Amino acid sequence: MNRLIRYVALAAFASVPLWLHDPYLLNAFITTGILIIAAMSLNLLLGYTGQLSLGHVAFFGIGAYTSALVSLGFDVELIGGIRVVHEPWPVWTGFVIGTLVAALCGYAVGKLSFKVRGAYFVIVTISFAEVVRLIALNWVELTQGPLALTSIPPMTLGLPGVGYLDFYSKQSNYYLVLAVLVVSYIVIQRLVCSRVGRAMIALKENESLAVSVGIDVTRYLVLAAVFSAGIAGAAGSLYAHYLKIIDPDVFAFLYTVTMVIMVISGGKGTLAGPIVGGLIFGFIPVAARSFATPEIQWILYGLLMIIIVFVLPKGIVPAIEKWFAASGARADPEPLQAKMHDAP
Amino acid sequence: MSIMPANTPQPVLSVEHIAVHFGGLIAITDMSFVVNQGEIVSLIGPNGAGKTTAFNVITGFLRPTKGEVRYKNTSLSNLKPHEVTSLGLARTFQRTSVFQSVTVFENVMIGLHRRSRSTLLDTLLALPREGRAEAELRNLAHELLEIVGIARRADELAGSLSYGDQRLLGVALALATDPSMLLLDEPVSGMNATETARFMELLNRLHGRGMSILLVEHDVPMVMGVSDRIVVLNYGRIIAEGPPAAIRGNPEVIRAYLGEGASRHAAH
Repeated sequence: MNRLIRYVALAAFASVPLWLHDPYLLNAFITTGILIIAAMSLNLLLGYTGQLSLGHVAFFGIGAYTSALVSLGFDVELIGGIRVVHEPWPVWTGFVIGTLVAALCGYAVGKLSFKVRGAYFVIVTISFAEVVRLIALNWVELTQGPLALTSIPPMTLGLPGVGYLDFYSKQSNYYLVLAVLVVSYIVIQRLVCSRVGRAMIALKENESLAVSVGIDVTRYLVLAAVFSAGIAGAAGSLYAHYLKIIDPDVFAFLYTVTMVIMVISGGKGTLAGPIVGGLIFGFIPVAARSFATPEIQWILYGLLMIIIVFVLPKGIVPAIEKWFAASGARADPEPLQAKMHDAP
Repeated sequence: MSIMPANTPQPVLSVEHIAVHFGGLIAITDMSFVVNQGEIVSLIGPNGAGKTTAFNVITGFLRPTKGEVRYKNTSLSNLKPHEVTSLGLARTFQRTSVFQSVTVFENVMIGLHRRSRSTLLDTLLALPREGRAEAELRNLAHELLEIVGIARRADELAGSLSYGDQRLLGVALALATDPSMLLLDEPVSGMNATETARFMELLNRLHGRGMSILLVEHDVPMVMGVSDRIVVLNYGRIIAEGPPAAIRGNPEVIRAYLGEGASRHAAH
């Protein structure tokens, strides 16, 4: 049943560019898709290990800048007069390196900050994002600072002599984002449905008990941080090559907040949660645009968020699952009777 | 009467001159005892005697100020709790002994963490080895639930179980790590008589399988019923040690539990 829903949803999303030709709406789909990938990565940390990273956008931005710089090339002078020159590389290597660099940063932040938990972890991640933003803003030689990195080439795939596939049109970018989203989903699904995921859930639920059954806390928290940061970096890379321009605003706190809202409203700790939450909050501004001014749009956005958190505190997906389970139990009285037999 | 060499007690856990100071407060002065292979030893004592502190030192959750704990000749001094577990020492907790918001079955699956042979690569690529490892774990999980006797509750949320069943699940979790020795922290506190009886039955079953067990417990009748030996702690030091029958009549122990007058009464 679950699997069927997944395939139907995938088929539905795959068909979107076939019937939707409005470039504005297609653009909304693509940017929402990129944010959903980032929200999915945040969910791995927040939903499964219970650690709130409020600097998650740092990994997204690092992926974006790294990928852009690898494909654009750069020429900087480091302290001590050492000059580093990088010739432009194929765009897909930017995607790979951007993902890896973000994952590496996830490793560093994970190692550093899992000594500190809870509120301290939140502060460390916020500070990390702010430091990275300041670097992007002030290291003008490398990043162009507030002037932004421009003319970022679109994603290309292929090998010399074999042929190239470039993602210039909106349709092709849509499918690229969808492909990365599906791969990320599968990676996260396999992780959380295995002993790795059970270890993460155990840490969130009761850390000392988890330790007592032999789970190495640091290992699994860092592992979650690495995968989470890597996937966020991949999303950032897609963003850079789709928009073809990035500036330090990519590190804005607002993006982290958007990801957190998507995860919480959809249902943290569920695989589909960030997708459902992401679609809702990605499309509110689009849907509201036809009848409301921007100020009203934001008010609607906030109201809907408050309503969801009040009415469905665990998120939309767990609520739907619970409703399905309840209606299933009504249709089939067997389990109820079994329970009554068990009662003393 | 001849002494059989096979009956010579084999110490598995030895606590050697442990002292624990919290700043100026001395929680444990100097504590030494051993648990032999296949033995049930209980650590008892009035409130504040230092039982839980002793327990936390042995399981590696607290570092002693002096002395060391050895398990099968390996010092536990510098091991992290999860490394202590992989030596074959498993513990249960007094209060939160289970993962509340996942099912009973999932709880045991979490407990089987160290038993799985699948690697991160197996998991990510969904290799056949991953499927086999998971199937093996599921079988083990069912077996463990059968052993502790809560198999029919497998699909319920652990938090919705009765108190006694949660304790049994806690033991299943500890057993999941494939221990050669169990450390149980007040396992029957808060249980009713039926639940306690059921728990004692389980302890006897595990004892029959050759499991070494260290119990920290309040419930004196229960301790008298299952233990091979009892260690009595008061004010951070051991005041008596021996089989239940000897402990029952020990005036020091009676004084510790019931006060001065009672022990004079018992001596007459």
